[in-house]
Amino acid sequence: MEEIVDSFFNADIAASAMPIVIDGLLNTILLSLMVVPLGFLSGLGLAVMAQSKSRAVRWPLMAWVDFFRAFPPLVLLVLLFAGLPFAGLELGGFTCVAVAFMLNNSAYYGEILRAGIDSVPRGQIEAARSTGLSGAQAMIYVVLPQAIRNVMPDLLSNTLEVVKLTSLGSVVAVPELLYQARQAQSASFSPTPIVMAAVIYFLILWPLVRLLSRLENRALAGRG
Amino acid sequence: MTGWDKFLDAFFNAKVMAKYLPDIVAGTLLTIELAILIVFSGILAGLLLALVRSLSIRPLNLLIIFVVDVLRSLPPLVIIVLLYFGLPSAGWSPSGFMSTWLSLSLVLMAFSEEIFWAGITSIHKGQWEAARSTGLGFGPTLINVILPQALRLTIAPLTNRTIAITKGTALGTVVALHEILGMASSAVSNSYNPSPLILGSAAYLILFIPVVIAARWIETKYSWKR
Amino acid sequence: MTSIVKAYGVHKHFGHLHVLKGVDLEVAERELVFVIGPSGSGKSTLLRCLNRLEQPSSGSIEVAGIDMLSPKTDINHARQHIGMVFQSFNLYPHMTALGNVMLALRKVAGKGKVEAEQLAHAALARVGLADRAHHRPAELSGGQQQRVAIARSIALEPRVMLFDEPTSALDPELVGSVLAVMRDLRESGMTMIVVSHEMSFAKNAADRVIFMDDGLIVEQGPPAAIFDTPAHDRTRAFIGQIQQH
Repeated sequence: MEEIVDSFFNADIAASAMPIVIDGLLNTILLSLMVVPLGFLSGLGLAVMAQSKSRAVRWPLMAWVDFFRAFPPLVLLVLLFAGLPFAGLELGGFTCVAVAFMLNNSAYYGEILRAGIDSVPRGQIEAARSTGLSGAQAMIYVVLPQAIRNVMPDLLSNTLEVVKLTSLGSVVAVPELLYQARQAQSASFSPTPIVMAAVIYFLILWPLVRLLSRLENRALAGRG
Repeated sequence: MTGWDKFLDAFFNAKVMAKYLPDIVAGTLLTIELAILIVFSGILAGLLLALVRSLSIRPLNLLIIFVVDVLRSLPPLVIIVLLYFGLPSAGWSPSGFMSTWLSLSLVLMAFSEEIFWAGITSIHKGQWEAARSTGLGFGPTLINVILPQALRLTIAPLTNRTIAITKGTALGTVVALHEILGMASSAVSNSYNPSPLILGSAAYLILFIPVVIAARWIETKYSWKR
Repeated sequence: MTSIVKAYGVHKHFGHLHVLKGVDLEVAERELVFVIGPSGSGKSTLLRCLNRLEQPSSGSIEVAGIDMLSPKTDINHARQHIGMVFQSFNLYPHMTALGNVMLALRKVAGKGKVEAEQLAHAALARVGLADRAHHRPAELSGGQQQRVAIARSIALEPRVMLFDEPTSALDPELVGSVLAVMRDLRESGMTMIVVSHEMSFAKNAADRVIFMDDGLIVEQGPPAAIFDTPAHDRTRAFIGQIQQH
């Protein structure tokens, strides 16, 4: 037992690894603050375009969404990071994460927001248009606020996944939380830094998980 | 050579692709095997946990909720790394396959427990009362009345979650698992050519596109109109 | 008497469905025209063509001197002059009553915040809901919601108001408050086209009743003539049915 505590929860190693791990945490936060808005906004763009009546617009969008639902984000990331240099384009780990996640998340956020827009009754747009609001104004002031509220649990759930996904940055040497913890681990030959990273992820994300669990229970109960 | 030819030669090099095709196929088979194992064990464990939770034994339920919360908060890659690089310090060295399978099964277990539980609680109390009033016990009521209704509600969210988690088999490459991405990556460094990555990407699409399309179909079939 | 609404030869197809089969309608200023007819007769579609929520397949429509079907017409600007009230209210649930009324005042009429707020308050006062300005639709009764919807329209000072079954979704005891607001509007001289089954309101308040069936105007005239001595069998059958209930 003592041995296990000594290797997984070693106070000395934790103390010396702390600055490195905290550094990683800051980068994880930075990365999240970048990829969440990027993914949300590009998803919003897709969702609005998906309202088009033209199949020539909707079908490619659906293909785009299905493609990224089928494609593992890590493969996309490696493709950009290890593949693009062969085309003379070296983007660096940070940019690769940003681009890969923007593509991947545009599909996920887009699908959620499309469902949200669909959930707003048609009469809302008609009422808005009948008072002279343009299509864009009706979308911005009337439809989107309701759409976003209707799918808030799904949006939050996806945001949780996006934040967790930033840990993939460690594969392409972005110094985020997991990467830094692994650096500290290989320097100290102890799993303690990885346990630290896990505890930090848990502490940061637990409130969101709790909130989601409540919202999801309520949502499903409402449908039953 | 024109730029286009160069591009084709780099990314769609037939010779390189032919050479590494057997590796990619082997990786694909491993991915399929792993994915099936994860789906099976993860969903089964999740269902079991949800059933245990329905017994309403308070300390046990608090434990289940806590474990599920932990597994939902942690990035799957962190769990894989923790098992693979951490457990040897506790005297057990799981293989890359074992670490990936165990981690993703645990994550799927957590998510599916939540989904099953939400499904069970969503069934109206009157259903329980009606069944119990006809003399059915707790177990038979759960199995014959509640679960069939609950499972129908859970099928769409469960499908989506399962796809997202089984795609995570690619994470195994971090712990030296020779699934598709692992095979493709080492082929790229051996051949100094990115074509194997394209081949690997194609393999993922061939595996998952039909599943995603099936999920879309399931979603419309079992969708709830608000 | 000048006509403020002039619609001629209006056709509307939905796929294979021929919903309007050449309707001519003129409405004079300050007139209240009441449209009745069985469901599926095209009366709501006609109303929705007048402010181009539906695009007519052919025909011409002019409202308040504006050619509604011309591609050169700024449709959003034109719609300011045509208020519309819906069966299902269609209030914006995420905004207060005041917010519902203010939105188009600010974004379409281009009023400043203070002026829009004053105008919105005045409109709510006109429908008797000055004290409900800060309530959300979910906190209001159906009748109150429909009156907010009317306030949302009249705040833009429309030249014509269209009512699409404004009381059909209301509990019987709430119908009166909405009809009272409509009567008040009529007395102020508003031009109104009303699709509704409120026959007693039609008898008291309408200048003209139009009976539509199968995409066409079958007959029209003063309420007394249409209700008491209808010329057509179809009109007679419909009115008989309505009065049984």
